[in-house]
Amino acid sequence: MGIDTFAESGADLELVGIHKRFPGFTAIEDLNLTIPAGSFFALLGPSGCGKTTTLRLVAGLEAPTAGRILIGGKDVTDQKSFQRPVNTVFQSYALFPHMTVLENVAFGLRRRKMADPLDKAHEVLSLVELDHLASRRPQQLSGGQQQRVALARAIVNRPALLLLDEPLGALDLKLRRQMQLELKTIQEDVGLTFLHVTHDQEEAMTMADTIAVMNKGRIEQMGAPQELYELPRTSFVANFLGQSNLFTGPVVGTTSTSISVDISGQKITVPIDRAHRTTGEITVGVRPEKLTLHSTEPAHNPDVNVMGPGRVIDVSFSGVSTQYLVDVPGAGNLIVFAQNMTFGSDVREDDKVWVSWTIGHGFGLDDEPADAPRFSPDLDTRTIAAQHRLEGA
Amino acid sequence: MAFAAFSSSTAPAAADTSRKKSPVALLLLLPGILYLVLFFLTPLISLLLTSLKAPSEFGDFGEFSYAFRWENYVDVVTAYWPHIMRSFGYAITATFFALIISYPLAYFIGVKARRWPLLQSLALVLIIAPFFISFLLRTLAWKQLFSDESFLVTSLKAISVLAPDAHVTGTAFSVIFGLTYNFIPFMTLPLYTTLERLDVRYLEAGSDLYASQFHVFRKVTIPLSMPGIVAGTLLTFIPAAGDYINASREFLGGTGTQMIGNVIEANFLVLQNYPAGAALSIILMTAILVIVSIYVKKSGTEELL
Repeated sequence: MGIDTFAESGADLELVGIHKRFPGFTAIEDLNLTIPAGSFFALLGPSGCGKTTTLRLVAGLEAPTAGRILIGGKDVTDQKSFQRPVNTVFQSYALFPHMTVLENVAFGLRRRKMADPLDKAHEVLSLVELDHLASRRPQQLSGGQQQRVALARAIVNRPALLLLDEPLGALDLKLRRQMQLELKTIQEDVGLTFLHVTHDQEEAMTMADTIAVMNKGRIEQMGAPQELYELPRTSFVANFLGQSNLFTGPVVGTTSTSISVDISGQKITVPIDRAHRTTGEITVGVRPEKLTLHSTEPAHNPDVNVMGPGRVIDVSFSGVSTQYLVDVPGAGNLIVFAQNMTFGSDVREDDKVWVSWTIGHGFGLDDEPADAPRFSPDLDTRTIAAQHRLEGA
Repeated sequence: MAFAAFSSSTAPAAADTSRKKSPVALLLLLPGILYLVLFFLTPLISLLLTSLKAPSEFGDFGEFSYAFRWENYVDVVTAYWPHIMRSFGYAITATFFALIISYPLAYFIGVKARRWPLLQSLALVLIIAPFFISFLLRTLAWKQLFSDESFLVTSLKAISVLAPDAHVTGTAFSVIFGLTYNFIPFMTLPLYTTLERLDVRYLEAGSDLYASQFHVFRKVTIPLSMPGIVAGTLLTFIPAAGDYINASREFLGGTGTQMIGNVIEANFLVLQNYPAGAALSIILMTAILVIVSIYVKKSGTEELL
């Protein structure tokens, strides 16, 4: 696929055995990834996990230490960034301050010697509803408008693959929601392959067909948003994509449909098809919104897991729901989300409560429990540095 | 930045005070205004009056009286137009070479060396270091290096690069060389300050949008560093056009390389033809002013500053 023509459709991206080492640390370790053509793919991870580096490798702004990058089946590893059929929407937008909005958008077309660059630029600017500002300079526009110009500047080139580097990070919440929907619509309209890098799990889940959760230079899990949320494979995914209550204990009983785990004397049952491992010491979990609080001990029911009694140690109201923090001796603190169906809370701090959930809502992780304590201290130097920066700021 | 000060600070500041009429602001401006009146405006008017003087009818040689002899201007232009043209020719050539040499240097220090701040400061010190030695001494040193008996010239003659009777000093080459050498820091430093702030993400965006390295440089780097280029070329061109050290016979010049500065010096100090010297000074000043304002307008850098 050359760069002198518009892409007819999205191309698939294939990363084969990618390693990227910078002096002093490894950013990406043995990354294998295939993104099918026409999909909206999100790379999700905390800062410093290697997701932006991955994007820069695909764009050709960095060279991999080892491994190959294939776009539409063609090896582009040795191509310079300007030779690749790829465009990027940068986190900082990087709109040229010395050019008008129109010239910014026409830049790529001019470089490729496309016919009527200005007409095409006007067309795309109309698509993002900014054609009336075509003669302005980027710095005269608001953040949201600049973001749309950056998007227009990239999609006007009809790249086989569009890379989005946290492009919505600088926008306020309302505008971000609106832009998420717009981006999704544009992707469906033009049918290109989008690779979106973000640390915002909600954004990734709203927009992407497929999410890959990245941590410390590796992909922890990949799949559709619902799949990742319902059946996380590791404690990192379980806690990064939403919140989870996790318990670790030995498997004490197995039936044809479920396994039971002993959590300091309380038996927790998980369906066997929702558990990644079925023997030995395993970690099981359940999402906070699947939990129900009871002020009296619920009657025994084989389809329901019960934990308790515990003590409510914190109640925080957040509009749609109320978040309870329940301390269950031996199992640690449980987070419970309860929808606010009635006025006022039924449970107060220091109340004695039981927590229950339907067995079908639990999941079992694949992690070695030894590697995955409930709140693992993150000793990765980059994360520590990032944390320091955040605290300093 | 020197250029920013040159372009914007004086006029708008004056307009502001007249609009606000704050007595405190006026009071604070007073020393500056006094200084300018005393050391800039008065000499300027005096120069203008001198340039129109006529020789005294009964006075000694070198005595002039106030008149309105505008023919002085015609006389000096007729007599010295080769020097005027040569001045601007040399100054433009020297500015051009200074830019060609300084840009890669400033780019290296300001962009490529960002990861090594120590190297950056060391390079900057090396650029400024020559200032610790007198301008005259350095130029004189170059005269030695270029003299007929110097190792450089004799070697060049030995390998027949230079003709046996050729000279290096006293030629246009040595004067332009001297001008370029002496004014290079004035070019490098403003270029460095702009390039140091150059956001490499724009360059990445350019290459992401199918621009080769050459096109990124031409379409992104150069336009974004225009303020530095304009400031540097002005800071080099203005003093180079009026310079009289490099072109003087005691330094790198000869009889055939005299610039307008040398002529002004000779008229004031040797020939004692003050009106001619003054008229030439006014012409030099006006010419530079016109060239600079056209240049600034054409380069369109006001909005980038």
